[in-house]
Amino acid sequence: MKNKHLQKISFIILKMFPNFKQQYFLSRLFHRYRDLAPQLVPLDYTNQPDVRLPYELIGSMPELKDNPFRQRIAEVFSEDGEGNMTLDDFLDMFSVLSEMAPRDLKAYYAFKIYDFNNDNFICKSDLEKTLNKLTRNELTEDEVRMVCEKVIDEADLDNDGRLSLEDFQHMIVRAPDFLREVCNFHHRFTSTMRGKMRKKIQEITL
Amino acid sequence: MSEGERARLMEEVEEKKKLIANIRNKPWRMKRRLKHLKEAQLFVDKFEGALGKGKGRKLYAYKVMMMKKWIKFQRDFENFKTACIPWERKIKEVESHFGSSVASYFIFLRWMYGMNLVLFSLTFGLVVIPEVLMGLPYGSIPRKTVPREEQDTAMDYSVLTDFNGYCKYSVLFYGYYNNQRTIGFLKFRLPLSYLMVGIGTFGYSLMVVIRTMAKNADVGGGDGEDSEFTFAWKMFTSWDYLIGNAETADNKYASITTSFKESIVDEQENQKDENIHLRRFLRVLANFLITCTLGGSGYLIYFVVKRSQEFANRDDLGWYEKNELEIIMSLLGLVGPMLFETIAELEEYHPRIALKWQLGRIFALFLGNLYTFLLALFDEVNAKLEEEKDIKNASIWFMKEYFANFTANNPNETGTPPPIEPADVIRGPCWETTVGIEFVKLTISDIQVTYLTILIGDFLRALIVRFLNYCWCWDLEAGWPSYGEFDISGNVLGLVFNQGMIWMGSFYAPGLVGINVLRLLTSMYYQCWAVMACNVPHERVFKASKSNNFYMGLLLLILFLSLLPVVYTIMSLPPSFDCGPFSGKERMFDVIIETIELDLPSFLGTLFSYAANPGLIIPAILLMVLAIYYLNSVSEAYKNANNELKKKMQMARDEEKNRRNNKDSTNQVMKDLEDLLPNRSNLPPPEEKKGQIFFVEIFCERSQLVLFLGQGIIKGSQNRGYLHVLVYRAH
Repeated sequence: MKNKHLQKISFIILKMFPNFKQQYFLSRLFHRYRDLAPQLVPLDYTNQPDVRLPYELIGSMPELKDNPFRQRIAEVFSEDGEGNMTLDDFLDMFSVLSEMAPRDLKAYYAFKIYDFNNDNFICKSDLEKTLNKLTRNELTEDEVRMVCEKVIDEADLDNDGRLSLEDFQHMIVRAPDFLREVCNFHHRFTSTMRGKMRKKIQEITL
Repeated sequence: MSEGERARLMEEVEEKKKLIANIRNKPWRMKRRLKHLKEAQLFVDKFEGALGKGKGRKLYAYKVMMMKKWIKFQRDFENFKTACIPWERKIKEVESHFGSSVASYFIFLRWMYGMNLVLFSLTFGLVVIPEVLMGLPYGSIPRKTVPREEQDTAMDYSVLTDFNGYCKYSVLFYGYYNNQRTIGFLKFRLPLSYLMVGIGTFGYSLMVVIRTMAKNADVGGGDGEDSEFTFAWKMFTSWDYLIGNAETADNKYASITTSFKESIVDEQENQKDENIHLRRFLRVLANFLITCTLGGSGYLIYFVVKRSQEFANRDDLGWYEKNELEIIMSLLGLVGPMLFETIAELEEYHPRIALKWQLGRIFALFLGNLYTFLLALFDEVNAKLEEEKDIKNASIWFMKEYFANFTANNPNETGTPPPIEPADVIRGPCWETTVGIEFVKLTISDIQVTYLTILIGDFLRALIVRFLNYCWCWDLEAGWPSYGEFDISGNVLGLVFNQGMIWMGSFYAPGLVGINVLRLLTSMYYQCWAVMACNVPHERVFKASKSNNFYMGLLLLILFLSLLPVVYTIMSLPPSFDCGPFSGKERMFDVIIETIELDLPSFLGTLFSYAANPGLIIPAILLMVLAIYYLNSVSEAYKNANNELKKKMQMARDEEKNRRNNKDSTNQVMKDLEDLLPNRSNLPPPEEKKGQIFFVEIFCERSQLVLFLGQGIIKGSQNRGYLHVLVYRAH
């Protein structure tokens, strides 16, 4: 029965998302995770099995496969930093990238995504890589250089030639599009819950 | 447990609860979050019960339980509200394929649907339903009956589509309503309710539009400095993470590249010198051409309206003559924007500015057309008012004749004669119903044209491109005509103007709002289908966020403009003598005065009479003008303070940069000064520097500059004492 393993995924995770809609999403997320590799992921999670899905599977999900930063996203949220994600990492990723995550949290993770060399600063080479990924290498070298210089010029407050977390947050918090478009997934889940599923979740939590 | 301990424990429990509530916001890994959550929950469970021991335990437990139930109820209610938002999935689907700009049109459509639904329920509930339930039925009085001459043709399809016949004498239009002061056993005051609903429509719409504008301005942080972080924002926020489709992603890459190239060119072009005179001449020429076009279209409309007035007197009309006005107006709406776009290529504006000009011009085109239409309508109304006077005399004569005939034919009867059959009574021209019919016909033809355009312009085109491609010489999909793009601005403007017509016409045709609700509902499904099936995403994905308030601003403007004619007619035109809820009165607002006199207690009457005194109104108006002036100057002061702060921040940043780099100053003035005083380490002998003192003195005419110099100099060099003198002398 499906609600048995719903119980077994940390009850506490369920308690963290007391919203019915979110519980529904949660069970769907687990099934999404499992559907990527059904032979690797067990239905029973009580013993906290150490299962990691390799990056190739994660990067082929429909939400991510068109995103130029999918590799960085997977690397940021994975424990080993290589893009191989456990269920916890997977849930983490979706919860940060959902519409309901607060802006500061998104800004923090956005900074980590754009920091390609993981040195806690966005330096010029990081910017060049970001730009090339965004435009698929369509800009000339001069143009790339000019844009990166302008970005550092605009956003660098402490004048060290690279962007720290504070610089980044200071800049991104004022952006009009940030919350709406960036770092948002809309789950391809239906917003109307089917009656049976709702009842099952109700049984568990009440 | 002592008091202090209990208080401390409660504090800790509160802290842990806060942690549980905020644990989602912390940027921790899942494992760490789970660990802290477990700890916090165990702590809370253990001690929450313990705190209740003692006197108030039961009460405390009860309070906790009620609180939990209340929170759960709120959560369920939130869920319910979210599930009730209609079409959310459809719009999300459109958004993922076409980006947020196209989706913003559908969100706007949905918002309009909500507003129209409220207006419809107001009108329906307070005007239509009472008349239907508690008023007199069809056929009982002249205004509710089809006249004898028209009765044979009243059910014909052609007559009904013209909204004559049974349609005209129905609840849809103004003329049906009776002017009885109270109807039914509830003593419902229909004329008053009619007037109040008419005014309330505008009031509600105004409130809703302004509230949405304020909310939009809030979310966007205002139309802020887009020059502050242009490139940074472009780099970090231009990718739309909602895109889940390879084709859209390709388009997005292309549009991002184009946008970067545009900004780069902008940067480089700032220093470029262009041939200003040629450009100015071209722009003046373009504006002249466009003004000519606008004038031409206005005249065309006027001419066609005059012709339709002549046609109204003839009977042998083909389909074209009957609908000429609506066809011409719709055609102008189609051809005009294309013409404007072609002429606008002379101007060579930046595309964003060009778009705003385009929208403004289309707006002027539609406005001009609408107002010419209204003026022509007013001519018609005045003609009908003249006619009414004749008919009034004629109907009185008719009544006398009828009585005379009756007494002549039945000399034995002494009682009063039976009343005339409602269908036989001579009718007045009832100008309000005519106006209502005109608006309804205009709306219907607009709907038809829009739907047909989508069907032919998008669907048929897509079919042709797809299927004819197999046997055509050039690639239809890649070259011309290819698939259509969704025209956001055209559609939004169409929606806005349609709403303006509804606002104007709903006073004379209460059924119009119902028609509009149906139209918006079907539009939603139809256009969603058409977009997904026949359109391709834009080449240049249009940013929706900043323009949202622009559309709301247009809506507000249209609201005010459509308020004017209605208020004018309420205030100054006399209502028809035999149709509508205000028949028999001098002016429509007499209903209010009547209600105040007869229904409200007398002291309210005296209060209103005082309030209507010009001696009170004029000071009130003056006060409002003063308040507006004051608020305006306060907001200007805030803006100036903002600019000053921004400048200060910029200067501080530059200073920081200077200090770090320890090199040339960024300030031109300081650079000049450094040239003057090349050797900072030695005290220059006064005689040598005389010439330079003069130079600096002349340079320091304005005190601002002096302060600047003073600050910079004192900072940068050693010759303090000497330069103080300089400053003093300049002052």
